[in-house]
Amino acid sequence: MKKENTAFRYLINLVAIIILMVVFVVLSFHSNNTLKLKVAPAVWQCCYLIIMAASLNLVLGYLGQLSLGHCGFMAVGAYTSALISLALQRAGFYTEKNSIQFAITLIISIVAAAVVAALIGVIVGIPALRLKGDYLAIITLGFGMIIVNLINNIPFCGQQGLAEGAASSALYANGLGFTNDEKQSFMWVGVLIVVLCMTTMVMFVRSKFGRVIRAIRDNEIATSATGNDISYYKILTFVFSAFFAGIAGALYSCANVSLATTSFAFTNGSILNSVFIVVTVVVGGMGSMTGSVIAAIGMFLLNYTIKNGSWVNALPEFLKNVFTYPMLVYSIALVIVILFRPKGIMGDKELSLFDIPGYPKRIASYFKNKKAAKEV
Amino acid sequence: MEDTRKTVLRTQHLGITFGGLKAVSDFNIEIKEGELVGLIGPNGAGKTTVFNLLTGVYKPTEGAIFLYDEKISGKKSHQVVQAGIARTFQNIRLFHQMTVIENVLVAFTKDVKYGLFSAIFRTPAFWKTEKELHEKAMELLKIFSLDDKADVVASNLPYGEQRKLEIARALATNMKVLLLDEPAAGMNPTETADLLKCIKVIREKFKVAILLIEHDMSLVMNVCERIQVISFGQTIAAGLPEEIANNQQVIEAYLGK
Repeated sequence: MKKENTAFRYLINLVAIIILMVVFVVLSFHSNNTLKLKVAPAVWQCCYLIIMAASLNLVLGYLGQLSLGHCGFMAVGAYTSALISLALQRAGFYTEKNSIQFAITLIISIVAAAVVAALIGVIVGIPALRLKGDYLAIITLGFGMIIVNLINNIPFCGQQGLAEGAASSALYANGLGFTNDEKQSFMWVGVLIVVLCMTTMVMFVRSKFGRVIRAIRDNEIATSATGNDISYYKILTFVFSAFFAGIAGALYSCANVSLATTSFAFTNGSILNSVFIVVTVVVGGMGSMTGSVIAAIGMFLLNYTIKNGSWVNALPEFLKNVFTYPMLVYSIALVIVILFRPKGIMGDKELSLFDIPGYPKRIASYFKNKKAAKEV
Repeated sequence: MEDTRKTVLRTQHLGITFGGLKAVSDFNIEIKEGELVGLIGPNGAGKTTVFNLLTGVYKPTEGAIFLYDEKISGKKSHQVVQAGIARTFQNIRLFHQMTVIENVLVAFTKDVKYGLFSAIFRTPAFWKTEKELHEKAMELLKIFSLDDKADVVASNLPYGEQRKLEIARALATNMKVLLLDEPAAGMNPTETADLLKCIKVIREKFKVAILLIEHDMSLVMNVCERIQVISFGQTIAAGLPEEIANNQQVIEAYLGK
């Protein structure tokens, strides 16, 4: 491993992150209606989708265990942060969102969301990770459903939030919920959180922890035959992943004025549910962090253009009918991706800034090889 | 000639029963420091079961295993490895999607001192450990002349080198006893000769005790100092290679009466 090269790579990546942050800070303070009404909400949605996909990738792509209840952890995070911020608001700790007090509230809620989700991760992970494959999938599936029902039946999570006795699937008031104006002016906060979470996850993957969990994915018996406690690493990864799902949940409650448990179900009509996150990870490539980011943004854009694009109206009648069922479009998109990139868009490779200059060449040689293969 | 070397691995009346089937019973073996002992027997005799008992994959239903004077039977598989018994598998079990060097690095994990915090914040301790481990891993790979293939994905290696990598990985756990489960299975004569050389190098460099399961008799007779033969879970003979080769009971077990 060449140390200077590594340092140089870190530097370039740092510069790229700074540029990204500067762009978003500028955008955050730029007054513009499109930005406010379209871009800002979209960026917030992307933020939590990216964190969800990447954190599930830790379990699904690196550890190789199928978890179908990832949105359950997100629900825990979302409700924890919403209730804490709501409580602080009722207590009069902050009144408006452009204050230091609110910043503190935001940090407390996010950290609390992450920690509570991680604790639930421990409770679920210890018994669940004794199983593997289909059995683990069923357990986590059950967990996702149980958590939604639990929240539905806890009185203080009900209609009014914190008000006793009115249990329902919805928590209408939400202290963190941003209006469109606030979504825009806090846009950079969301992006910063994503950058921090992604960095942490990448560092985790590129250390002894990442090595061991990939070894577990490849061969459990051999991993324990090299002296590694597989249960420990499995639970650690599961909890780590739940931690970030909790943060994604907190971002979700920032992006929405009210919460409803149906948004975190196993499957529903929208883009956010446990199955869809699994699909996103598979499309992006199991074992590729950048793949998850690309897939999360891609899936979101697909969803967004189907729902809001005027181009759908311009399509011929029979095609328009297809697009009124977005799920059908996703399925087709998924089939196309699996056909052409069986291991997902990125496979298990990472997209590195250093590879980009080489891409035109690689694409050219890819087509050349294909042509050569055809001629033979 | 009296052997003055210390006993590394010792079993006492080791046995395991699966339901009503006695897979292994009253298995006694003593391996001294730096010794190479062969374990042979017809198919289904229980050789791999013995390995699984020694490495903690199965819990023995009777008897005990001692590493030096520490009792290791009843420990979990990874604890046994940490105590000092490493193994390879009959059917190769590499981390096939990982590179050659990563395969070895995984086996170094228990020596890694940094924790989650250092890993995430990339503290100097992290860089130092990683650098040391890489150097150690490269040294080890050099012994097996795999160093120029360090960044190759393990599943892309030819069969003989996959075997070697598995042995290298087992050595990386810094063990005292190495258990090799049919290392020459499926190898051509050149690869077997290469393996033989490899085993000799290991014995010189690492001074470890080796217990070897093998069907390739030329290999067994060539390298083993002592041989123990089991059939239907029972030890039927033990002794020097020449003795075993002429033992009537062993010939019967292999060829029938």
